[in-house]
Amino acid sequence: MIKNYVTALLFMCSMSLLAQDYFPKNDGVVTTNTNYTALTNAKIYVTPSQVIEKGTLLIKDGKVVASGASVTIPKNTNIIDVSGKSIYPSFIDMYSDFGVEKPKRQPGGGRSAQYDASRTGYYWNDHVMPENSATEKFSYDSKKAKDLLNAGFGVVNAHIQDGIVRGTGVLVALNAEDGNETRIIDPNSAQYLSFSKSVTSNQSYPSSIMGSMALLRQLYIDADWYAKGNSKTRDLSLEALNKNKSLIQIFEGGSRANVLRADKVGDAYGIQYVILAGGDEYERIGEIKATNAALILPINFPDAYDVDNAFLTAQLSLSDMRAWNQKPSNPKVLADNNVVFALTAHDLKSAKEFKANLMKAISYGLSKEKALEALTTVPAQLLGKSNMIGTLKNGSYANFLITSGDVFEEKTTLYENWVQGRQTVLEDMNIKDVTGDYNFSLAGESYKMSLKGEPSKLKAEITSDEKTRGSKVSYDGDWLNIAMTSKDSTKQEFIRIVANTTQDNSLNGKALFPNGDEFSFFATKEVKDDEAKSSGSDQKKSEDAPTVVPVTFPNVAYGMPELPKQETLLFKNATVWTNEADGILENTDVLIKNGKIAKIGKNLSDGSATVIDATGKHLTAGVIDEHSHIAAASINEGGQNSSAEVSIEDVLDDEDIDVYRNLAGGVTSIQILHGSANPIGGRSAIIKLKWGESANNLIYKNSPKFIKFALGENVKQSNWQSFSRFPQTRMGVEQLFIDYFNRAKEYDALKKSGKPYRRDIELDVLAEILNKERYISCHSYVQSEINMLMKVADKFNFNINTFTHILEGYKVATKMKEHGVGGSTFSDWWSYKYEVKDAIPFNAAIMHEAGVTVAINSDDAEMSRRLNQEAGKTVKYGGVSEEDALKFVTLNPAKLLHIDDRVGSIKVGKDADVVLWTDHPLSIYAKAEKTIIEGATYFDLKKDEMMRTKIQKEKSDLINQMMQAKNKGLKTQPIKKKEKELLHCDSMDHN
Amino acid sequence: MKKFKILAVFMLCASLAIAQQTPAPKQSKDIAIMGATAHIGNGDVIDNSLIIFKDGKLTTVADATVVKVDMTGLEVINAQGKHVYPGIIVPNTTLGLVEIDAVRATDDDSELGDWNPHIRSLIAYNAESQVVESMRPNGVLLGQVTPRGGVISGTSSIVQFDAWNWEDSAVKIDDGIHLNWPRTFTRGRWWLGEDPGLKINDKYEDQVTEIHNYFDQSKAYANGDQAVKNLPFKATVGIFDGSKKLYIHVEDEKGITDAINFSKANGIQHMVIVGGYEADKVADKLKQNNIAVLLQRVHSRPEREDDDYDQPYKLAKLLVDKGVTVALQVSGQMERMNARNLPFYAGTTVAHGLTKEQALQLITLNPAKILGIDDAYGSLTQGKSATLFISEGDALDMRTNQVTHAFIDGRLVSLETHQTELWQRYLEKVKSEK
Repeated sequence: MIKNYVTALLFMCSMSLLAQDYFPKNDGVVTTNTNYTALTNAKIYVTPSQVIEKGTLLIKDGKVVASGASVTIPKNTNIIDVSGKSIYPSFIDMYSDFGVEKPKRQPGGGRSAQYDASRTGYYWNDHVMPENSATEKFSYDSKKAKDLLNAGFGVVNAHIQDGIVRGTGVLVALNAEDGNETRIIDPNSAQYLSFSKSVTSNQSYPSSIMGSMALLRQLYIDADWYAKGNSKTRDLSLEALNKNKSLIQIFEGGSRANVLRADKVGDAYGIQYVILAGGDEYERIGEIKATNAALILPINFPDAYDVDNAFLTAQLSLSDMRAWNQKPSNPKVLADNNVVFALTAHDLKSAKEFKANLMKAISYGLSKEKALEALTTVPAQLLGKSNMIGTLKNGSYANFLITSGDVFEEKTTLYENWVQGRQTVLEDMNIKDVTGDYNFSLAGESYKMSLKGEPSKLKAEITSDEKTRGSKVSYDGDWLNIAMTSKDSTKQEFIRIVANTTQDNSLNGKALFPNGDEFSFFATKEVKDDEAKSSGSDQKKSEDAPTVVPVTFPNVAYGMPELPKQETLLFKNATVWTNEADGILENTDVLIKNGKIAKIGKNLSDGSATVIDATGKHLTAGVIDEHSHIAAASINEGGQNSSAEVSIEDVLDDEDIDVYRNLAGGVTSIQILHGSANPIGGRSAIIKLKWGESANNLIYKNSPKFIKFALGENVKQSNWQSFSRFPQTRMGVEQLFIDYFNRAKEYDALKKSGKPYRRDIELDVLAEILNKERYISCHSYVQSEINMLMKVADKFNFNINTFTHILEGYKVATKMKEHGVGGSTFSDWWSYKYEVKDAIPFNAAIMHEAGVTVAINSDDAEMSRRLNQEAGKTVKYGGVSEEDALKFVTLNPAKLLHIDDRVGSIKVGKDADVVLWTDHPLSIYAKAEKTIIEGATYFDLKKDEMMRTKIQKEKSDLINQMMQAKNKGLKTQPIKKKEKELLHCDSMDHN
Repeated sequence: MKKFKILAVFMLCASLAIAQQTPAPKQSKDIAIMGATAHIGNGDVIDNSLIIFKDGKLTTVADATVVKVDMTGLEVINAQGKHVYPGIIVPNTTLGLVEIDAVRATDDDSELGDWNPHIRSLIAYNAESQVVESMRPNGVLLGQVTPRGGVISGTSSIVQFDAWNWEDSAVKIDDGIHLNWPRTFTRGRWWLGEDPGLKINDKYEDQVTEIHNYFDQSKAYANGDQAVKNLPFKATVGIFDGSKKLYIHVEDEKGITDAINFSKANGIQHMVIVGGYEADKVADKLKQNNIAVLLQRVHSRPEREDDDYDQPYKLAKLLVDKGVTVALQVSGQMERMNARNLPFYAGTTVAHGLTKEQALQLITLNPAKILGIDDAYGSLTQGKSATLFISEGDALDMRTNQVTHAFIDGRLVSLETHQTELWQRYLEKVKSEK
């Protein structure tokens, strides 16, 4: 057997480079080798579901010739007997940067941002590089290949991990012997994309995820337009993109939310991306499943936090603790829900960590068969290479692993990884297992010896007369070398033994005593019951897997185990602020049914209703915040002076705790506005704060269309270092609007004419404004610019819908009334920048006096929690009536948002979005006791109390679990403190 | 064209002329406020009160149904149905140090360097600030003007909000030194490619040691003959002899505990915690050591995702219940213009557990005690300064806070501001155009 093995090795080295037979040869004669290699008596996993218990794998020229229980072995076959061992197809990693050098970061941008592309002849955006090819950059990295081979991988799909469109990948076999001519299975294996900008360019657009999404959409439109021959100029990027169209498109998502975002972009253009997941998909598995996207799953499970320090641990969030507890169950959850996925070593510091994480996923319930599929057949199939890789069927590459047993068991040794018929020995599979307990006697004394550990790190414990002898042991080439101290422990003397193994697992050799005497040495091995040992370890494992805590919606503190249900509710004896002609009704009942206000009156009854005694309490319509930045992952696309193409609807964050906190302040609807970085901002999302629902379900059905515009210091970039972007003055702002609207008008005319045109998402959106299909909410401060924008709108024959902030609205209130624009303002903010020097808290009252529809907004996650009280300030500043003041945060913002047919007042037939207050709703003493949206209770003071206790308990349990993990010797990571940044108008993404 | 220019110049002058309210002259006539509900500031209320003040000092604060006073020669303000309160005090504020945040030329709150005990806020305090004048119509009449930045930001002073200049505004000069305790967590520098999240500050111990060392040095200097000029050390002497307070700005439980131990180790007589987001966790220790807290902004977001939504709202109640002396402050984003909302911060603590009189104490008598000006300010007490205001209704609620009169040291101060003038002008304009 050993002989066979050595021969095999020699044979391997002498094999010629078949692929290059047309190359000249100057170092000898040209040879050809037509021999076969057969691995016999192995348990062969031809595919994850097709297993041959005692089979033969016959290979030739790097490919599988046959695999099966009875394979005819040709005469010119080199036979390797691998009895008792298992053979698996080698693993495939389809998301890798193997052998592709990471691009260098472009040094800093200097004084001002860079808005234009640095290249010509390519797409206008540097971050779009479909023309890039990983094959051109590819250079085989033997060191990394070794790690990958050790982890069981045989083939990787590598790409340049940089930019939004990243170009094509290269499918490479980890063949250490041959050159790239053999290794490269496919030089254009897939096209890769992401939301992240390239580090090689400082071009500022896109600066946000929504910008990346918009860029990709426009890119697809442009590529199609280019393909039809409409461009007068050459664009190498678009040409490459069109060329790569037929390839598999692989998208770097990196999180549950981004998987959904990527899928949304692809779906609109008929592209089903294969998406790199983030590991948190289990949080909203239903939505992930609904994408129908195949995923590439990293298994970089977080280490437990080091919770030794109680002070620091107090800062750790429940959601971070849960991530540690729940993430290892992600592969199982995806498998249970039939989501197709491949596994990747991406995100791990090194491929060396792969097995431990994979074992963890399995211990959390991922089946071994699924695991094997995710590493072999699934990636092969996703890459369209099922006939070449991923199985050991005839004709496939001879990429396989030889293991001591089940490849997904902790104790299993991976002996060899063959790639394209080339063997890499990882552990010597012919080495004997010498561990065990032995008995021997020397010079009349009997000894017990126990050998433990890996063959390369063997340890011995030798006792005689129940006294332990000091010993050293090594095992090399089937020779065991032992040195032990002699009986007299006061002397530094050693007995040396050298022995090798016999057929029956005994040790046979000689012993040399300190005095030079030589004895023959024979040690017999004790036989042990293997079964008992292995079942014992299984039991231990099941103890090890910690309890996975249940997911809540959303999966953070105050998330709910189930979404709240619509109820029939009867409020008895409340003070009802109708916001309608009825005014404020004392001692009145309100019935809510099927999510709507059903009845308002006295002595109402309904047998099916839950009765709520509202005596001494106030019932109002839910608070509506016209200007919010909560529940969004990004706020500004600041990369250009117009960003009409982006939409906040693309970047909703359904687990922002500020949503819950706003509910606790009686808020039920908000408009999430784009920021004020640009004169023309992005499109809004108008949502209901249905805490627990997924991002898409928050958005209003048939939502009115809005876009944010902005004026003043932010858009002219007055308060930070930027001097290169037009406009830098209010004069320029006007011209920018006129220019864009002129272009939109021409564009719209061409579009309507039926002639061919290049579809432009940005101009589509602006044309909607001209066609009165989309409303503008414009960030504004000083009277000059407010007046200017109304005049620009007049010129283009439309109305500005809302001026938001509008702190000098009081100076042009009558003009605003005349134009028909509403004012959504702060109650009392001022003096934070020069343009709010003349902001006064009487602004709302004066605009109201002039007949303008006035709302009080927040632009701030803290202030929005008490927007009712901010409205109360208008009573103080300017003497607005209490009834009107409450409308400033309910009915009026509903009017401004064109949702007043659904919400904003307590009127039969409207959505049952109501708040029960403990006190007068404008008073500082009022607390929201219940906040109800469409008849479902999303906030309840009593439930909140209960949740606090539950959160405390769950955190203690998880801290305990983490302490146990540390005690077991598992790695830990330092505590981090989760923090939700307070987003304002001028907040930019950090990317 | 020329005509326009002249007009423009004229208008500019006009607008400058109205930019400032004239500080009130000394009290010349004795004044009596009759019939108001008097909120004393120490927890007491007199429903039908008689309040008399002469030469800026309160001479009578009594139940009108009980006392008999000769009212001749008194200017009487009938305040039946109205409420009288002591002037509200805003501690730890940058009022008067910054006018407009975004205009750097108007910003004087933060000096270069880490160790600035010698930097004095008082001389930069702009008594004519438009933001300062906007405090008065809400009843906020006094403030502790405090520098920011560094490890030791500098020395604060206490001022009243109706004066010609900083010198006249001073109530207590150089009352204390402000030390920013190291943070347990620091932010990753995202621009260097680090995770922008908060991670453990592994330099914490070093930074604490640095503070210890600095105080050791200062103390050694104080114990010597102080012959050699060392402005920073010299400024700290008062902390050790008890003439100045040490305000330690710190939020977290461990930091507060370490700060208390630090003060004890250094024999500091008057230490105050500023911030104290986690002060409730060490309330017993604060009480034992008789350390007061200038509590972080009531209207703020909970710091951690898991925190109770009302944690900042109810924090005062949690501390008051444990017997800790608490006053409210406003520091944070937009802190200057927000300082006028201090009465409403107190109102919120009522919605979350305190009584109205307890809440009032947090913005009147308690800050006066903590800042060391309670001999003259903080409550409606005979012998104290007549620094008070009259409101049509409950001053802690924005619905009813309608200040009709405000007095500082007996002087009837203007309630007009840049903002009220714009209001009147433009309200007229709108009405005339309707």
